[in-house]
Amino acid sequence: MSLVDALTEPGTPDSGDTPISERGPAPLPIVVAFGFWLFLLSDIVLFSALFAAYAVLSGQTDGGPAGPQLFNRTNVLIETGCLLTSSFTCGLLTLSIEARNRLATYLWAAVTFALGVVFLAFELTEFGRMVAGGAGPTRSAFLSAFFTLVGTHGLHVTVGLAWLATMMAQVATLGFRPMVVRRLLCFSLFWHALDIVWIGVFTIVYLGAH
Amino acid sequence: MAAPDSSHDKAPGGGQRGSRGALMYATGFLFAIVLTLASFWAADTHSVWQPGVPVLLAALAIGQMGVHVVFFFHISTGPNDTNNFLALAFGIFVVGLVVFGSMLIMSNLNANMMPMDRLMEMQR
Repeated sequence: MSLVDALTEPGTPDSGDTPISERGPAPLPIVVAFGFWLFLLSDIVLFSALFAAYAVLSGQTDGGPAGPQLFNRTNVLIETGCLLTSSFTCGLLTLSIEARNRLATYLWAAVTFALGVVFLAFELTEFGRMVAGGAGPTRSAFLSAFFTLVGTHGLHVTVGLAWLATMMAQVATLGFRPMVVRRLLCFSLFWHALDIVWIGVFTIVYLGAH
Repeated sequence: MAAPDSSHDKAPGGGQRGSRGALMYATGFLFAIVLTLASFWAADTHSVWQPGVPVLLAALAIGQMGVHVVFFFHISTGPNDTNNFLALAFGIFVVGLVVFGSMLIMSNLNANMMPMDRLMEMQR
């Protein structure tokens, strides 16, 4: 199968036949996923406010340490690799759920969870090192904005990990019920959205530091 | 899962399964790796005109976000994706307003602010 075939949706020739007024409500999985998509977009708007605060305050170091003295590019590359790979394994998790394959679901969930934990470990180590070196959130406006932005993303990852663990417990006890499957698909959307926010973080905060 | 229903929009993140789905995720992963490595290379390079580096970084980041939206969220501009795409477009609009609006207003205020020593004198 060629790549182009795989990437284009199969045609739906009869999609325009029924008027919108006669189609009735969309099935529950579609309504739930669309609602969660709206939540994710509003969550990204929340992050945009934190990004704006960081962009405005990033130069206000009050004589304290600036970005290049504090950040370690190698660490950031490893963190990015973890989160990116976990987003990919989360996609494979979605496919395992669609195929109702319990073993593959557990496997990809475990890999996703482990990569998320490694990411958080690197981030918390970095935070601990900065606070111990006198560059805590109270040092300057730049560091307040930094800890708020990156910390909020880390908090989201923590919540995502708790969610993933809960969902695996539900798969184990309840099986692939429609309710459980809907929640799992919402989780995968959440996890991909965190990766999109991280692209902004590593570009603006870490690579844009000067 | 129910059979694909062509009279409604599809769910974000849905619509791909089996080997087609795996190929989709793998393609996105590959693009994302290349764009990430390009970003880290661009941040340190001296082979690009230095004032152009932030623009290059922004272009690479926006490109990678696009890759995630297409290959991981499966958002397209197709006829059964209208609601998802319109919501996304509105989200991008609000994000742009908040980020660029804040930066514009704050840099303007900063440029027009009275010098701190003059301000101190007036408060005496």
